[in-house]
Amino acid sequence: MNALRIYAIFLRQFYLNRRSVGRIFGFFYWTTLDLLLWGLIMIYISRLGTSNFAFAAVILGTIILWNFLTRIQHGITVSFLEDTWTRNFINLFSSPLTLAEYATGLVLTSLTTALISVIFMAGLAWFLFAYNIFQYGFMLLPLITILFVFGWALGLFTTAIILRLGPSSEILAWSIPALLGPISGVFYPISTLPVVVQKIAAFIPVSHVFEGMRQVVLTGSFDAGRLILAGVLSFVFFLAAYWFLVRSYRRVLRLGLFIRFMTD
Amino acid sequence: MFSEKVLAVKNLVKSYHGIRAVDGISFGVAAGEIVGLLGPNGAGKTSTINMILGLLEPDAGEISVFGKNFKTHRSEILSKVSFAAVYAQLPGNLWVEQNLRIFAILYGIPNPKEKVQLLMQEFELTQFARSKTAFLSSGEQSRLNLAKAMLNDPKLILLDEPTASVDPSTSEILRSRILEYARANQSGILWTSHDMYEIEAVCHRVLFISHGKILLEGDPKKLPAEYGKKNLEELFITVAREPLTLSHEP
Repeated sequence: MNALRIYAIFLRQFYLNRRSVGRIFGFFYWTTLDLLLWGLIMIYISRLGTSNFAFAAVILGTIILWNFLTRIQHGITVSFLEDTWTRNFINLFSSPLTLAEYATGLVLTSLTTALISVIFMAGLAWFLFAYNIFQYGFMLLPLITILFVFGWALGLFTTAIILRLGPSSEILAWSIPALLGPISGVFYPISTLPVVVQKIAAFIPVSHVFEGMRQVVLTGSFDAGRLILAGVLSFVFFLAAYWFLVRSYRRVLRLGLFIRFMTD
Repeated sequence: MFSEKVLAVKNLVKSYHGIRAVDGISFGVAAGEIVGLLGPNGAGKTSTINMILGLLEPDAGEISVFGKNFKTHRSEILSKVSFAAVYAQLPGNLWVEQNLRIFAILYGIPNPKEKVQLLMQEFELTQFARSKTAFLSSGEQSRLNLAKAMLNDPKLILLDEPTASVDPSTSEILRSRILEYARANQSGILWTSHDMYEIEAVCHRVLFISHGKILLEGDPKKLPAEYGKKNLEELFITVAREPLTLSHEP
């Protein structure tokens, strides 16, 4: 892997975002909307006073971390789509750039954009709702790492699918994480789900992350075994997604599909 | 005249859905040599170029560049190979300078900023340095594509209709720049074009391909007479329409 070529991919996205009001606006728009919507719902629920459950602590934390995951995934996929929309693959892959360097460049881009979004969101949550995401202390570090690795996996998987099916399948970039939300108990305990879906949720790393987060708020402790399982699952998903991306790329080369990216 | 081979293609085959687009072609390009790859639309020219660039995997055959196997030395080879084509424009949403800088870094150029400035001057792009690439005229975009192709001081250049959609004056300027560069650096060039005047003016040798096979090979200035044709264009039309009627004049 060549660090300069990875930097070139990062730089391409940096140039693109730096002076684009629309793209910069996109980093903050959905996160702000999500936070406002859920924050106000939390205020409403807490005023009802029907439960001692710390809704705000759970839901606002969930919203911030869920946004981190989706920003990571979107960051990778949207950067890839930028090269699709500008028909840049022939130029990129006729240079010494390798697939691994390209993917790493996208991951770095997504990390940067996700951190910008989430730091902004955390600041806004503190300012508007006096909610401090850092109350979880060092526990936040493994949670974020797991979400980060799983976000990579989702981003690379979505990218591989678009490579396989062509740019017209870009809707998957938005719908895959949206599908995960309801079935992995992000906003509610997994026990709420039908038994069959609970079994599926057990294999999705984020379900353990958010279940664990709720446990911290409720009991003040965290199941380390659950954390390790989520970490291992994330890593396995990441390896599988990268393997699928390599397979999809080889298929593109075998079938000459780069030309499809000029016409689809 | 030419000795050291920069590109050697041997028995290259590529099929799409059972149809052979490239059917066992073999050829070479020597250092300092300009070879024209000619043929009608769908003859297999772009597939051949894409295989040499590693954008398309051959079904069979071997490609060796600078004496090295492409499969095992991809990045090393591509750092000294460049490519320009009318259908491979640089991203329109970046500035001219930004596009060149990114590709200078991708190709591992030691002083990217200086190299980009130099090429922008050489290809008369300095005034567009901070213009979005999409806003350039087709002639300016062709100049930009060629500037990008010269970033890495290539020893092998693949040009797929590099002057298509530019006016004759710009086309002549671009051709002379490429020729100057190839002469000074002893670079080999594989050049496809449908402009037979251009091919005759720049190429030392031409390969006519049809249905994925090389039908004719030779000096573009002598070849038409060898087949009883007035010029390269007439020869091209015969190869494209009635290849079986071709016969070598004694």
